[in-house]
Amino acid sequence: MNLWRVFAYATRHLYLYKRSLPRLMEVFYWPLLDLLLWGFVTVYLGRLQTPVPGFVTFFIGALILWDMLFRSQQGISVSFLEDVWSRNLLNIFVSPMTQAEYIASLLVISVVKLILTSTVMITLAFVLYSYNVFHMGLSLIPLIANLIVMGWSIGIITTALILRFGQEAEVLAWGVALLFQPVSAVFYPVSVLPPPLRAVARFTPSAHVFEGMRSVIASGVFPTGEALWAAGLNAAYLSLAIAFFSWNFRVVKKKGLLVKIGE
Amino acid sequence: MCALVEVRGLTKVFNGVAAVDNISFDLYEGEILGLIGPNGAGKTTTLQMLLDLTTPTSGEVRIFGKAIAEDRAAILKAVNFSSSYISLPHSLTVRENLSIFARLYGVAKRAGRIRELALSFEIEDILDVPVRRLSSGQITRVCLAKALLNDPLVLFLDEPTASLDPDIADKTRRLLQNIKAERGLAILYTSHNMKEMEEFSDRVVFMDMGRIIAEGRPDGIKERFGGASLEEVFLKIARGQAR
Ligand SMILES: Nc1ncnc2c1ncn2[C@@H]1O[C@H](COP(=O)(O)OP(=O)(O)OP(=O)(O)O)[C@@H](O)[C@H]1O
Ligand SMILES: [Mg+2]
Repeated sequence: MNLWRVFAYATRHLYLYKRSLPRLMEVFYWPLLDLLLWGFVTVYLGRLQTPVPGFVTFFIGALILWDMLFRSQQGISVSFLEDVWSRNLLNIFVSPMTQAEYIASLLVISVVKLILTSTVMITLAFVLYSYNVFHMGLSLIPLIANLIVMGWSIGIITTALILRFGQEAEVLAWGVALLFQPVSAVFYPVSVLPPPLRAVARFTPSAHVFEGMRSVIASGVFPTGEALWAAGLNAAYLSLAIAFFSWNFRVVKKKGLLVKIGE
Repeated sequence: MCALVEVRGLTKVFNGVAAVDNISFDLYEGEILGLIGPNGAGKTTTLQMLLDLTTPTSGEVRIFGKAIAEDRAAILKAVNFSSSYISLPHSLTVRENLSIFARLYGVAKRAGRIRELALSFEIEDILDVPVRRLSSGQITRVCLAKALLNDPLVLFLDEPTASLDPDIADKTRRLLQNIKAERGLAILYTSHNMKEMEEFSDRVVFMDMGRIIAEGRPDGIKERFGGASLEEVFLKIARGQAR
């Protein structure tokens, strides 16, 4: 893997943000909207005498963390779509850049985008609701890392599907992460779920992350078990996602679809 | 003369139909080889297989004596491609785009190289304009500049001059011919412009329904099929009067 090429290509997306106002808006617009809507709902619910202590803390914390998973996934699939839209994929695949380097550059850009949006979101949460996400301390690092990696897996699989099925599959770039939201137990504990979904949640890395987050907030104890579970699942899923991508890439080359994508 | 690209028994079957049917040819150093044939003849599919964008059903492609799977990076570093159906990231300026691809190809002295190519393709005045504001002919020129960034030894072009005005098309052909004369660049290209084919190509490969039906110097082909121009030969073959 040639890291020089990986970073060279990641800069392409940074230039994009410098140049494209709508893209830059995306960084601010969605986090602001999410925070306003759900933040006010939370504040309101907090005023009713809910029996859940620290309700606001749970809710806004969950909102910020979920957004990280979502952004991580989007960082991959939307960046890939930008190459489709600008009919640039062939330029890349006839260059010495390998498939692995291309994916790696998408991962780099996904992290950069995520840092950007998360900074905005964390700041807004602080300004609007005096909510400080860092009260979770260092526990945040393994939790966030797990969410990012899960976002990568979803992003890579989505990208593979778009490669295969073309523009009809584009909507997946926006929808697939949401599919995992109910079983991720973002805003409620896993115990709320009916048993079949609870079983699914056990194999969803983000469900462990959000259980862990609640445990940190409620008791200050770092959820080692949950974090390890999530990490193990993530390692497996990321490997599967990469394997799926490269298998799919071979199929696409066999079907001669690389040159047709975006038509 | 040394064959930079060797194609042997190359075949691509899509859904039971052969889009490219057992073709063999060589591309030599310092040669411009034109690939012609009616729509659907298999030209684009052939180029795609040479670039490893489509996997052949059978047959072999060797570039610089090696299969692409053997040493992909080394081969692709010395090869490039452009066509009328590719473009570049729209929000980036021409300079930003060229500079990113220069990095991907590991070009030293990028700024100088970009300036040189900008001069050759007359795109100096649009270097700092985002691609989305360019006309299609301008985009074609920028893509051609991209294709020459790495000083390739082999250049694959799929209908490169389709959207160029006659003046720029002519200049582009001259430019490519100069590079070929200077350092032995080999070009394999497709075009539906028969006059261009006749004047620009050293040799022509004529494809129809996936097969090579004629191959040789343009003059030789005209003679063999009894046409005054390549266009006449094309029409004869396409309308089935020549077989
Ligand atoms: N991915 C694909 N799946 C199925 N069939 C395909 C695919 N790509 C090309 N074909 C078929 O293969 C044949 C050759 O197509 P190709 O694009 O190579 O022709 P061409 O010579 O480049 O034509 P044109 O002059 O129109 O560009 C056509 O019949 C086309 O329909
Ligand atoms: Mg074609």
